[in-house]
Amino acid sequence: MEDTTPSADERPLVLLGQPLFPEFAAALAGRFRFVLVADADAATLAQGRALLIGLNPVTDDHLAALPALGLVAGISVGVNHVDLAACRRRGIAVTNAGAAFAVDTADYGVGLVVAVLRRLAAAEAHVRAGRWAADGDYPLTTKVSGKRVGIVGLGNIGSRIARRLAAFGCAVSYNSRSPKPSAPYEFVPAVRDLAAGSDVLVLSCALTEETRHVVNGEVMEALGKDGVLVNVGRGGLVDEPELVRCLQEGVIGGAGLDVFESEPDVPPELFSMDNVVLSAHRAVATPESIRGTIELVAANLDAFFAGKPLLSPVEL
Amino acid sequence: NRKGVALLAVVATLKLATMAAAGGKPAVLLLRPVDAPFAAALRDRFRVLDLYAPGQALPALAFVAAAAAVPEPPRATVIWGGVRVDASFLDAAPSLRCVVSTAAGLDHIDLAECARRGVAVANSGEVYSTDVADYAVGLLLDVLRRVSASERYVRRGSWAAQGDYPLGSKLGGKRVGIIGLGNIGSRIAKRLEAFGCIIHYNSRKPKDSVSYKYFPNVHELAAESDVLVVACALNKATRHIVNKDVLEALGKDGVVVNIGRGANIDEAELVIALREGKIAGAGLDVFEHEPKVPAELFSMENVVLSRHVAVLTEESRSDLRAHTIGNLEAFFSGQPLLTPVHADSLAQ
Repeated sequence: MEDTTPSADERPLVLLGQPLFPEFAAALAGRFRFVLVADADAATLAQGRALLIGLNPVTDDHLAALPALGLVAGISVGVNHVDLAACRRRGIAVTNAGAAFAVDTADYGVGLVVAVLRRLAAAEAHVRAGRWAADGDYPLTTKVSGKRVGIVGLGNIGSRIARRLAAFGCAVSYNSRSPKPSAPYEFVPAVRDLAAGSDVLVLSCALTEETRHVVNGEVMEALGKDGVLVNVGRGGLVDEPELVRCLQEGVIGGAGLDVFESEPDVPPELFSMDNVVLSAHRAVATPESIRGTIELVAANLDAFFAGKPLLSPVEL
Repeated sequence: NRKGVALLAVVATLKLATMAAAGGKPAVLLLRPVDAPFAAALRDRFRVLDLYAPGQALPALAFVAAAAAVPEPPRATVIWGGVRVDASFLDAAPSLRCVVSTAAGLDHIDLAECARRGVAVANSGEVYSTDVADYAVGLLLDVLRRVSASERYVRRGSWAAQGDYPLGSKLGGKRVGIIGLGNIGSRIAKRLEAFGCIIHYNSRKPKDSVSYKYFPNVHELAAESDVLVVACALNKATRHIVNKDVLEALGKDGVVVNIGRGANIDEAELVIALREGKIAGAGLDVFEHEPKVPAELFSMENVVLSRHVAVLTEESRSDLRAHTIGNLEAFFSGQPLLTPVHADSLAQ
């Protein structure tokens, strides 16, 4: 096969906000010249047109130091750690991981819904503790199929969650910034009303100033004592102390949480609850979709340097 | 002591005769515990001879014999999986013409013997099918994406202390081989299709109504699948249908999910295959010798275990009540049973 790797000089310069994850480095080192901002000399900083970031915050000050910057390329779906307003002011485009992780997150979201409603993790713990023979009856759980599911955020992830749960016979409705005419589900303008009409509330939207703490005490009261909250978005979407209180007091019936306000810290009160499924922010990925993300990031960078349309631009 | 048992038998027979004499309702022999709503619904319609009545101390077969001795003995019985309906059971209660089983499976009933004696058998139909299918998908997601393992990791404080938990594996695009495409298997297929899985199956005969790829035997199915789901009945043909060869054919990245019966899988070989990394993981709701679970599985992080709970939801419990009474009423009014089972037409 013809070696298409450009020589060192010809590779486009891409600044790095933080060191690359190993999988990215291995796959992309031959195609781009990566220089860490912290290690770059003044000339390099002045030349850098593209910045590849990780999960560390990107502030206006960071952007101010890179006068030639035209692109901030992210490797995650969420870009709430980037000062998007500053990017917009400075005419800098931002790309994210697009739909590369959407399938995995949607799969995991559904996995959490089933795990909470059917108490899979609790049943597991029960067996592993050797209690099957000792304990007699086991409590009944509740049927997944046919539940009313309210999805907050019907984007790449939410729409895939909807399709999967529809196959379980669930009735799906949703809230989004604006209704999606092509979606065959009922649009509900207020999250509180969505919660009131749902048995399961799934969060799969971006974290922005508008959506911070979108799930508060009032929404949880509306969801109700048999209602279940599943969060595969961002911890900040939920008022976490309120969530703990609502679970403790039985205001809601259970929760499946992949994200928290201050990861990796998890409110310790949750550890003693068996109607809660906790997860270490694993919804986002499988090795298969990491490979997909690497390709998407590379494609965005290639498109940028060739002056072509970006593949997964974030609306600023 | 024998005198005590004999006395108990007399008392029981007298009690039963009293129960049986009340009103003109047909007698039903109840051989499984039921919750209050179920008990009330049965008593509304039938004279219930209840093995689990408070104070009833006779063991099962003795109770059956006592019930058979009352005037107008019961012609129908409601049983669950713990009651073996075989020749000796039917000998003990010759008045029985109908067995209504609330279990999901039928492996506890000698269907041929019932057929020989003209005893009709009704099963639980589709009462459990949706819940079992939901649970199977949940188990598969749990195994592939390590939901329960991640749960344990977080609860013991390892996330903060040790960092990220290893990633799982993508579900979409996987070839899922379903053993048994009946009420449960077909619902599993429909759900997994929405995740982008490719459905393969084995059944006694191919099904014209589906477009999934059919495999005439489980070995070939396993060889061309990434996941094997056991969703078939337990009978002579399907005992240990997943054996050492099948597990080897499934391969080191393969995952097994069992929501059928423990004995559908050669459990000892399964444990070996997991221990030696011959397959990648398993989700198991059933075991060969419940409630015993092979202890070796407890130390494996790539295995998800549960205690035969796939049917246990509030909804299926109330559906079961309505369904059982429906079958009993059909029988007593001379109508066809809602969900009759014939010796040669086991659901698969």
